[in-house]
Amino acid sequence: MQRIGVFVCWCGSNIAATVDVQKVAEVLKNEPGVVHSANYQYMCSQAGQQLIKEAIKEHNLTGIVVCSCSPRMHEATFRKTAAAAGLNPYMVEIANIREQCSWIHKDIEEATEKAVVLGRTAIAKVNLNAPLLPGESPVTKRALVIGGGIAGIQTALDIADAGFEVDIVEKKPTIGGKMAQIDKTFPTLDCAACILTPKMVDVAQHEKIRIFSYSEVEQVKGFVGNFDVKIKKKARFVKEDVCTGCGLCTEKCPQKKVPNDFNLGMDTKRAIYIPFAQAVPKVATIDADYCTMLKTGKCGVCSKVCTAKAIDYTQKDEFIEEKYGAIVVATGFNPISMDKFDEYAYSQSKDVITSLEFERLMNAAGPTAGKLLRPSDNKHPHTLVFVQCVGSRCSSCAEKGKEYCSKICCMYTAKHAMLTRDKYPDTDVYVFYIDVRTPGKNFDEFYRRAVEDYGVHYIKGMVGKVSPEGDKLVVQGSDLIANKQIKIDADLVVLAAAIEPDKSARPLATMLTASMDTNDFFTEAHPKLRPVESPTAGVFLSGACQGPKDIPETVSQAGAAAAKVIGLLAKDKLTGNPCVAHSDEMMCNGCSSCERVCPYGAITYMDKEFRGPNRTTLIRRVASVNEAICQGCGACTVACPSGAMDLKGFATKQIMAEVDAICK
Amino acid sequence: MQKITRSVLIEKAEKLLNDGIVSRVLGWKNGDFSYDITPAIFTSADQMKKDFVYGDFCGANFSKYLVKETRKDEGKILVFLKPCDTYSFNQLLTEHRFDREKVYAVGIPCDGMIDINKIKLAVGDGIVSVDTDSEVIKVNTLYDGVKELAKNDLLLERCANCKSKKHVAFDELIGETGETLENNRFDQVAELEKMSADERFAFWQNELSRCIRCNACRDACPACTCEKCVFDNPNSGVENKSPANSFEEQMFHIIRAFHVAGRCTDCGECSRVCPQHIPLHLLNRKFIKDINEFYGEYQAGEEVGSRAPLVNYTKEDIEPIDAVNKGDK
Repeated sequence: MQRIGVFVCWCGSNIAATVDVQKVAEVLKNEPGVVHSANYQYMCSQAGQQLIKEAIKEHNLTGIVVCSCSPRMHEATFRKTAAAAGLNPYMVEIANIREQCSWIHKDIEEATEKAVVLGRTAIAKVNLNAPLLPGESPVTKRALVIGGGIAGIQTALDIADAGFEVDIVEKKPTIGGKMAQIDKTFPTLDCAACILTPKMVDVAQHEKIRIFSYSEVEQVKGFVGNFDVKIKKKARFVKEDVCTGCGLCTEKCPQKKVPNDFNLGMDTKRAIYIPFAQAVPKVATIDADYCTMLKTGKCGVCSKVCTAKAIDYTQKDEFIEEKYGAIVVATGFNPISMDKFDEYAYSQSKDVITSLEFERLMNAAGPTAGKLLRPSDNKHPHTLVFVQCVGSRCSSCAEKGKEYCSKICCMYTAKHAMLTRDKYPDTDVYVFYIDVRTPGKNFDEFYRRAVEDYGVHYIKGMVGKVSPEGDKLVVQGSDLIANKQIKIDADLVVLAAAIEPDKSARPLATMLTASMDTNDFFTEAHPKLRPVESPTAGVFLSGACQGPKDIPETVSQAGAAAAKVIGLLAKDKLTGNPCVAHSDEMMCNGCSSCERVCPYGAITYMDKEFRGPNRTTLIRRVASVNEAICQGCGACTVACPSGAMDLKGFATKQIMAEVDAICK
Repeated sequence: MQKITRSVLIEKAEKLLNDGIVSRVLGWKNGDFSYDITPAIFTSADQMKKDFVYGDFCGANFSKYLVKETRKDEGKILVFLKPCDTYSFNQLLTEHRFDREKVYAVGIPCDGMIDINKIKLAVGDGIVSVDTDSEVIKVNTLYDGVKELAKNDLLLERCANCKSKKHVAFDELIGETGETLENNRFDQVAELEKMSADERFAFWQNELSRCIRCNACRDACPACTCEKCVFDNPNSGVENKSPANSFEEQMFHIIRAFHVAGRCTDCGECSRVCPQHIPLHLLNRKFIKDINEFYGEYQAGEEVGSRAPLVNYTKEDIEPIDAVNKGDK
């Protein structure tokens, strides 16, 4: 029989104003197993905790029930209190009489009655609690960062600076990501490359960082502290360690008609290429879809001109297997496809472009060497129309666009408009917007400057249609403030396309068993209190893979994710959660139902010898739970037909006892 | 269809025994009455020639017996499987309940087994013997002489609504395998669905009140092969061995139906063996019908290793609330 102590907290007036705490303590005293009952103003305070500790010793308590706030708030606190007094911390149960009772009721009588029921329920559970001991597992002191954009770069640098090894896996031939394609950054207008490329070089030179460029994560096994990851290094047909990055091959390659994806297809590159001058690693890559040598076996020019003898046409995909203690997802974003937005004539006219394409047009290293020229005829445009929220905040057109706000478009559009007016004062610049959202340091001032100092015409309203007529683009829209329809003959239309998570995120989430929202953004363990951790232990989130964000926010989050990784890798051993599934081998049928429903891959099977009747032995297939991987979700316990699977700390019997206590 | 005779099966078994391929044969022998057939293990052809029987009362589904038999370290066992039995056979393999290597499965065709209860209903008590050699069944009775009945009117419920003549698992076939069949097995479930909740409750209360908790349904069910059944486990909170209260009427069969949901192949053994003639198969069929409607057609046991919808998740899965609303008539 347990000796249970009940501690009813007033939470100041939070609980005591709506619940008769005195009465609750008195009534609960008569529950089975209860030998002590008390109430106090703030149980979580030093004095309150002391009260609990003393009671545990004085009354030889074997379990305690704290009737207070949500266990999310103070369960850990009271478990520590119990442990300090020599009680197993898993002999503590919390009855939530604040969030689930006092805060949502007005009538004292009703609330008191309910608080008693909640307390009685927790007591019923404690009566069946057993002391639990968490297991331990070692930690591999190496981190994997998936994605080499600014998020991945910053996370990797921060982790490596703390002294831990970091590998970056980047699917493109170079790290740098979207920021490398951007011209200037808001609200300071410094050049993106100027602030990014030094960081890229830092990564390349850091002795603790390895870069797997042109590589993808193929398989992830294991669990927090002990991930086994298989990385596919795609064949680039150039020996990375030999290539000097001189670029001669990229000048001599006769295949000149390869769309240049770095400039979003607005110009061409060769079949062997280095994406941009500051690429890291600065190593050439052959595009196998276009290389004449790889396709027909006739050419070999790059191999002939390469003085370093780095070209290897026989190179195959290579697989690397490595162990990691932590994984950071930094897979970033992409603008959505404009295919479904034909009202803006994106597919009909070359002069309707996306904002990212505009960045390349304005960039000195872009297809026009930084001169603002229309893609169709290379003429200088005089009238520019920017359309915001193309596919963002699109609640009525969810099948086309996204319901969420892409967050960065208001600011980069203001930037584009301002830069255009600054460089080319002979232009007229119009911006169509739903709202202008500028919550950020110096953001609103920036937007005001675009309007007030640079004379950008902001029009509240949406564009209904863009139709190419001659060499003009007729933009029809509504001005909601003037309450009239307007028509603008534009030379260039720039669409602020919504952003979405990279397509590689979804299969990656499956591999990591990390959860995602309906928009394929990774979900965080807690939206406010654990924003850079995935609910899957050991998986962390950095940058736009978690939600739309700008560069400063991405960098802060990258640092935060790094701090969490460092905190994990600094440990030699991890203490597990003891509230995990457990299979009773005597009852297990070995039917695999639990394995099939386990979202974490925590269940395996083994053939085990059992004693049969008459001195015989019997080999039976039984389930075994890896306690380090199990997250205690309980899916297996309901799938198990024989009831062999049960959850420690949340056993079926305990839950049924709670239900019985509520229904009593 | 080739009519399978006792001698064909004995001949096959004898050859396999003599060749050393199998060491034992899982077959049928007479019980107290000629229509009361019981499963038996034979270790020699001589034994079989003496006691082995095969006929229209050999309905028992042998798949479940393999769980225990394959654990005996005595070589391979020969089992004769009717088409419907092969589904249970596969389902048990999916659940790793027996070692396939220890079984030699011979598929035998089946044109339906007879329900003795239907004969009893037609002729009353005092059945001396039943001659099933032709389509006209001749029943010799103590009080009324010989009565003739049509076989089609006497089929077991599961045979009247046969879902498949196809063997989905075998090492060897005697005769030919058939195809899956169109059937009306969900008609009665649909009728129950049309009832109001109160009417349905009354229907089941009436049926289940006859339960004497003999556990025959559980013991015969090929999906009920748990090492320790929850109803035998004092820790489960539902352990019960006698019809001491209304548990049987209200919970026992429902819990069992939930336990076999998604795994039940609709072999009908539960209803066949029920001494109280409770139409237990209707509970299982309701689950099968729901699963088919909510997740797409699924036949448990059709292939080994198939992932039943209830232990699988796809993005297209029905939302729980929609399932609830559909059931809420």
